[in-house]
Amino acid sequence: MSHDSYRLHFRIQRRLCTFALLLIASFVARAAEAQDTPLISGGVGFITITNGGNTTYLPVLSPLLAAPIGSHLLVESRATLIESFFPKGGGQIGYTSAPFLDLTFLQGDYLANRHLTIVGGEFLTPFGTYNERLSPIWIGNFADGPLILPLGTMGTDSSVGGMLRGSAISTAKFSIDYAAYFSATSTNPQFNAERSSGGRGSIFFPNAGLEIGTSYGRLLQGTHENFSGFHVWWEPVDSPFKLRSEYAHGPHSQGYWVETDYRLSRFGGPESALGRLEPIFRMQQTFRNSPDSSDGLPSADTQRADFGLDYHLPHEVRINTSYARQFSSTGNRNVWETGIVYRFLFPTWKGK
Amino acid sequence: MQIRRVLASCFLLGAILALTAQTQSLAASPATASSDKKDKAARPQPASDGDRAFRQNCSRCHQAPESFPPQISGTIVRHMRVRASLSREDERAILKFLNP
Repeated sequence: MSHDSYRLHFRIQRRLCTFALLLIASFVARAAEAQDTPLISGGVGFITITNGGNTTYLPVLSPLLAAPIGSHLLVESRATLIESFFPKGGGQIGYTSAPFLDLTFLQGDYLANRHLTIVGGEFLTPFGTYNERLSPIWIGNFADGPLILPLGTMGTDSSVGGMLRGSAISTAKFSIDYAAYFSATSTNPQFNAERSSGGRGSIFFPNAGLEIGTSYGRLLQGTHENFSGFHVWWEPVDSPFKLRSEYAHGPHSQGYWVETDYRLSRFGGPESALGRLEPIFRMQQTFRNSPDSSDGLPSADTQRADFGLDYHLPHEVRINTSYARQFSSTGNRNVWETGIVYRFLFPTWKGK
Repeated sequence: MQIRRVLASCFLLGAILALTAQTQSLAASPATASSDKKDKAARPQPASDGDRAFRQNCSRCHQAPESFPPQISGTIVRHMRVRASLSREDERAILKFLNP
């Protein structure tokens, strides 16, 4: 083989290799894209709440959109549409209704590196655990949130601004995650937020199933106020038992909730008639330190015990039922809640 | 007095639930071993990294979806990475678990 023919042969080989690499890369890219089709998820349900003898009917639709862009960006949004049917009151017979439409969050997430995600837009305020983790209707065990939810979430649950969050450390024995945010004031009805800042940090021990965390928030408009809280979640490994708890403290009130649930999946498996049952219990207390009509907590010290029973039907349908007895100096009352929720999850288009 | 009774009942119920959970957890291992002898094919495999990561990060808040099309598995995991502050390793493990 002459020198020229050898060089020609080498060039052809190199180009073939380059083409093969490009082909493999395009297949890999296609494979990656094939998993990144935008999705629509969420829940649709019908909830009834009888509080102190007055029954409210709530048809709810809560869709969620998540759309990845490239390899580092994610745009996600969740909305809530409710039509409330409630008694007219004032001695009148019959029901009246009121629509409610809320954009719960609309955020862009930039996955900067393995430890950091930069979030911009309207996002759920990272205080405690309920707001970010348990507030979707297809996740929460009870039809209503805990009494202390407004503390630390500034009464709006959402913030408009920027947030840094991620996993600081993750090992086989423990992991630490964090979130820090700043929010501007927004009076737009769909992007309602208070000027505030704060964050949350937590440590999780996977072998024990134990998570301990703390939160802090500071309201930066009007009278500046500090909010603090901590949470403990204990979910033993290989057990359907769950214990979740939170405590929050504000300048005028404080309180806690403790929730336990135990799905009876040990009795014939999670798909059996008995295994689909999930008894739930929640205890809550709030304490009023000084009068404040704006912090969202009851005006007097309140104790409440919720006894619930959820049933997980096939095809992502769940029935929620609960009874609560609430004790307060302003009056004791019974709260009955029932609901049926269907969770949906599908791609926005068929994709490849 | 009524409040005390309710609180006492609540704590009693919580204690019973916790004890039941622990008892069932302890009882689970021998039962699994027994079934192993009967049926080797049904022998449970050691939990993969993805299975572990899924249970530690996703199942703590919600039930796993019954099924979903594979073309959205990457989007689900990216959403979960932000929502649950997943580490890069857990993100990859869960993606592999969801879309083997």
